Amino acid sequence: METIAFALLNGLIYGLLLFMLSSGLTLIFSMMGVLNFAHASFYMLGAYFAFTLGNFTGFWVALFLAPILVGLAGAAVERWGLRPVHANGHVAELLFTFGLAYVIEEIVKITWGKVAVPYQVPSALDFPLFELFGSQYPAYRIFMLLISILMLVGLWYLLKRTRIGLIIQAALTHPHMVSHLGHNVPRIFMLVFAAGCALAGLAGVIGGNYLVTEPSMAFAIGPIVFVVVVVGGMGSLEGAFIASLLIGFLQTFAISIDANFADFFGWLGLQATSEVGRITIASLAPMLPFLLLVLMLMLRPRGLMGEREF
Amino acid sequence: MNGTTVKSAIVAALFALVAGPALAVDTLKIAYIDPLSGAFGNVGDAGLKHFRYAAELINADGGAGGLTVEIVPFDNKTNPKESLVQLQKAIDQGIRIIAQGNGSSVANALTDAVNKHNKRNPGEEVIFLNYAAVDPALTNDKCNFWHFRFDANVDMKMAGMTDWLAEQPDIKSVYILGQDYSFGKAVSAAAQSMITEKRPDIEIVGNELHPIGKVKDFTPYVQKIMGAGADAVITGNWGTDMTLLIKAAADAGHEVPYLTYYGGGLGTPTAMGAAGVDKVKQITEFHENIETTPEQIAKMDAFEAKHPDVDYYYQRVFTTMGMLDKAADEVGGGDVVAIAMALEGMTFETPYGTVEMRADDHQLIQPLFISTFTDDVTRDVEGTGFGFKTDVEIPAAATATPTTCKMRRPS
Repeated sequence: METIAFALLNGLIYGLLLFMLSSGLTLIFSMMGVLNFAHASFYMLGAYFAFTLGNFTGFWVALFLAPILVGLAGAAVERWGLRPVHANGHVAELLFTFGLAYVIEEIVKITWGKVAVPYQVPSALDFPLFELFGSQYPAYRIFMLLISILMLVGLWYLLKRTRIGLIIQAALTHPHMVSHLGHNVPRIFMLVFAAGCALAGLAGVIGGNYLVTEPSMAFAIGPIVFVVVVVGGMGSLEGAFIASLLIGFLQTFAISIDANFADFFGWLGLQATSEVGRITIASLAPMLPFLLLVLMLMLRPRGLMGEREF
Repeated sequence: MNGTTVKSAIVAALFALVAGPALAVDTLKIAYIDPLSGAFGNVGDAGLKHFRYAAELINADGGAGGLTVEIVPFDNKTNPKESLVQLQKAIDQGIRIIAQGNGSSVANALTDAVNKHNKRNPGEEVIFLNYAAVDPALTNDKCNFWHFRFDANVDMKMAGMTDWLAEQPDIKSVYILGQDYSFGKAVSAAAQSMITEKRPDIEIVGNELHPIGKVKDFTPYVQKIMGAGADAVITGNWGTDMTLLIKAAADAGHEVPYLTYYGGGLGTPTAMGAAGVDKVKQITEFHENIETTPEQIAKMDAFEAKHPDVDYYYQRVFTTMGMLDKAADEVGGGDVVAIAMALEGMTFETPYGTVEMRADDHQLIQPLFISTFTDDVTRDVEGTGFGFKTDVEIPAAATATPTTCKMRRPS
């Protein structure tokens, strides 16, 4: 019972953090048809910006300022980087974002050093909120949960209930039509790119101090975010949401289960002492998202909710 | 300048490049083969700074055997295959001494390659100074004459840790958590056999390996440990695997001792902060608060003044270089076979006691210290205000574990 309760709570928080990253990525993909390899780098920038700003303004101001700064950086990258490259096709864009990821990592190393920076959870939130089955639950995790839900509701409202959301949705599928109607489509693209980067930045702000803020954090989380986008279906926000939670739950549950292959396949005659029988379910946790990715591409290439195939 | 002069200038320049290393006979070069980029780049970079600093001290004091010591870095990306490429590059440049430490998988590959190279190229021998890879096999089943280890191996550290454990009657169960590769497996095996021997009443309530460098949130692991009701946790984790584990433990209010190998490792104290106080213990050959000489304190201060972003951490790098210096002085030059012979069985005075390079297996026997992370220290680490304080000192002789090594020496 306690295992399930904790796994649910932890999986939910991790899943929502993943969604914050993947929502921007999937929007950018459906808009430009290009996977932004540098997306997780904006997540890293968010964490570092919040760390540096936090030293001057405190965490609460940084919580708002850092994502805005990351968004501005994203807008600049789209306006002066991606847009000129766009003329040369998707491969050029892909390579551009690929290179950008390395450039950002090197800039971060030069600016903040190669060692982890002491980006701490704000002291106002650094206390155990409640106790569950003898184990304390930190307030900051619940704060992460609240921020994620706020972001989720805000994004949904923006896209589904406002005029700008309507135009963005139209521009995603019918950019020429929207352009003919008199809207500045390149500017909409820039706006979406900036907003996507800002969301990644926000994830960095609240995730960076919970995990560790270091130069390799972007490359550590990047592949998982791609898995979310592909499993959810390229360009589908609903799909990204479901896939984020799915991967969040899958990973935390797998670790919590104290069993090995022999317990599951013992009826086939598999011994607990054999090579295969000894493999624990917990040790499979990091592989599961990628297994899901492979299976999804084999069985349902358009993903859970995606509308187009590769 | 006409075409011919340009060509001859280029040819001359090329010759100068090729002939350069061969002509520079008055330097003793050491190839430093460790990660300088990627996930463990920060660790390798810190090691390089320690090596370079040690080289400067030796050169300021007349050099090693009259030769100027130079450290030449090679980036192996913590990858055994890449390390072999870099080793060949170093050999091609005429370098006869290599130093490596990060990753027992890398050290295993290098020691084999060095051994093979020396068999096939008599007269061009290479020696391998291992300052941190602690897989016991390197000085047991896989030992060879050319490999020297300057850090205590997994079994030696675990023996010290379990001796401490044997005197803690309150601890009745332990949980072993480690990284899933040769080192983590060695820690787990040593912990199981030694605990069973010294305290058969202690129950091992869990023994788990997690993928190295891939876990972002250790909360599920910590909750599993708490669910198992362990009184103490034993872990060989290092780098972010260490940091995240301690953070998750603190957040869950897990108030039991964590017995670690690398709790004081580069970047880990910063990330754990107050969360690790009075909880994280480590067994090492060095921490900054061991009682020592004023000269040693001045050296640590000078190093940290020169490298504000790196703490003085690898005392064993200075031991490695100090012993190399002594050996080169004894043989009066850079003949590596003679240096290897001199290193074998050598005793050496460090600021923390006498150490000996055991002749049987080339394992350095040195005092070890069990210490706890606390705020009650004179020298803190990484500017955190926290540091390590000695609980127990284990004399060098008590750390020695038997070896199965049977090496063949050059005749």
